[in-house]
Amino acid sequence: MVNCKYALFTGCVAKGAGRELLTATEAVCEKLSIELAEMTDASCCGAGVISEDNPMAADLLNARTFALAEEQGLDIMNICITCQGVHNKTKNKLDNNPEYKAEVNLELKRISGKEYKGVVKIQHFGQVILGDSVLEKMKNMVVRPLTGLKAGAFYGCYATRPHECSDLDNPDSPDEMEKIIEALGATPVDYAARLKCCGFPIIMMNKKNSLALSGNALNSAQNAGADCLITQCPLCHLNLDAYQPEIPGEYNMPIIHIQQLVGLALGLEQNELKMNTHIVNPAGILSQFA
Amino acid sequence: MEKVTLKIFRYDPGKDSQPYYQNYIMELEPGITLLNGLNKVRATQDASLAYRMSCGSAICGSCAMKVNGHALLACKTQLCDLAKNGLVQIDPIGNMEVIKDLVVDLEPFWASLRKVRPYLVPDTLDNPELERKQTQKQFLLIDDVTTCILCASCYSDCNVLEVDNEFFGPATLAKAHRFIYDSRDAKAYDRLEQITELYGVWDCTHCGECSTRCPTETKPMARIEEIRQAVMEAEITNNNGARHVLGFRETVSKSGRLNENYLPARSVGFFNIPALLGLLPVGIRMFVKGKNPPLIHKSIEKVKEVKSIFSRLKKYRKIKPQHITKGDINRLDEDSISERKV
Ligand code: SF4
Ligand code: SF4
Ligand code: FES
Repeated sequence: MVNCKYALFTGCVAKGAGRELLTATEAVCEKLSIELAEMTDASCCGAGVISEDNPMAADLLNARTFALAEEQGLDIMNICITCQGVHNKTKNKLDNNPEYKAEVNLELKRISGKEYKGVVKIQHFGQVILGDSVLEKMKNMVVRPLTGLKAGAFYGCYATRPHECSDLDNPDSPDEMEKIIEALGATPVDYAARLKCCGFPIIMMNKKNSLALSGNALNSAQNAGADCLITQCPLCHLNLDAYQPEIPGEYNMPIIHIQQLVGLALGLEQNELKMNTHIVNPAGILSQFA
Repeated sequence: MEKVTLKIFRYDPGKDSQPYYQNYIMELEPGITLLNGLNKVRATQDASLAYRMSCGSAICGSCAMKVNGHALLACKTQLCDLAKNGLVQIDPIGNMEVIKDLVVDLEPFWASLRKVRPYLVPDTLDNPELERKQTQKQFLLIDDVTTCILCASCYSDCNVLEVDNEFFGPATLAKAHRFIYDSRDAKAYDRLEQITELYGVWDCTHCGECSTRCPTETKPMARIEEIRQAVMEAEITNNNGARHVLGFRETVSKSGRLNENYLPARSVGFFNIPALLGLLPVGIRMFVKGKNPPLIHKSIEKVKEVKSIFSRLKKYRKIKPQHITKGDINRLDEDSISERKV
């Protein structure tokens, strides 16, 4: 058995409007014997919004989170690619700038007695799955190969840009998500919008543009023959799924968290993975895998 | 010598009914740039191929094109780095109309720039001979952004411009930043007010394309983030973007986490009835599926620590534009300035 344990950073959405993501993550990790210690004292990552007001406040929030994981002696697992991108950005900033790191640490110590040392590793669920031993093990545990399912990977901006904050080997033409999709027996679909923005960050500022961006993604995937889209970010999921009925055009494209896809192939049931809470019901395209 | 195929977008609206690709095979000489390659094709294979170029050294900004789907400067990129299995696909930059082959009509890009008065507006023109000095520290605020070479790579790949050509776009917002943060400019507040309106700084989704494609240190997305900081510093908060930031700050500072039931209404404005009604359908859809955020919002364990961070925001504010005073002193007549500029 692979012995691995992570500090689970849930992010706010998996505790709020995307609770199915947390359920699916826990179920899948249990199957794969990946132990999770939920970081119940970690704060919001700031989502790139707090930093628009005050970058150092955002860095402090994240340095505090990193310090918490270091205290636990664990590496962090993220389940939201926005959290992952924001964490990477903060970590780069602190690790590459000792003076600034000292300044942040001084303040962190003042408010919490903590210190960010710089030893914690931060990975998204997808990276953990792609780790050598886990991927092999996962492949061997597939009891319900998703043969015939045409799945389009929707990476999410924070996974690929800016390149210096990306964990992908080749951020302009990545294949990491496709590798996971293939390992589960499904067929990855290549489509023009797979690295584009879902529009979520401006849903409150300019709904028309926001939904037009989502519409472009759905349209591109539909034209390429995808049965469903796979997301790594619950915010992409919200815009593509929860808003889908309001997106101009005719779409009925189920949006599935990558954890749910893994869980399904590992033999978990759709209800156990809370796929029934999606606005666009995936039961139809998944009926052969029930 | 190894060969490479340049698969180039061709279109002459006067002649061709639709665009097509033409392949040119050439030797992959070591050390040549994509621009060298194109010049060679033109000189030895096809003189009708159209593209823009001038300096050949990443200064003039004229040779931007899309290569394998992403905008870059042809003169700044080694051909050998681009070839994937011996093939390089070259298209005109995006979000603009093609005039011929790789040459696009840049007018929308220039028109957008003109919207933000891309020139210094000093507090007085009484003494044009007078030097307007800056300290090094003041200059450092605009050091990066003044490196923009107006190549439009960012404009080409901007996700929002794909769906809305009214959006100011990354280079224009970076240009606005260049004057907002310039200690010699007297219109910072006006500039900020202008770009917090529709199509401005809050319409950017943070997709990161602009900073990724930008061949200089301008990195528009980082500048957009700095403009938003200036907007918050200047307290220009009567817009969805600023309300969203304030709401975000309020909920995170209270509980350590984002309260998704509170933020949407806070962003559109609590008294904005039509917009509030607009939030209903998605709320109801989510409620029916049991997907609505829990009504009781739980705090993180030691929320006090997070509260202390937010109580010291002023202390953490690092960069500020020099003078964002409401109602700029010595308002100048717009026309007189444009006249004197010419
Ligand atoms: S970050 Fe904003 S301005 Fe830059 S390309 Fe994306 S949407 Fe456009
Ligand atoms: S901001 Fe960068 S990409 Fe955009 S026009 Fe200027 S130099 Fe080119
Ligand atoms: S030719 Fe001048 S920037 Fe490339």
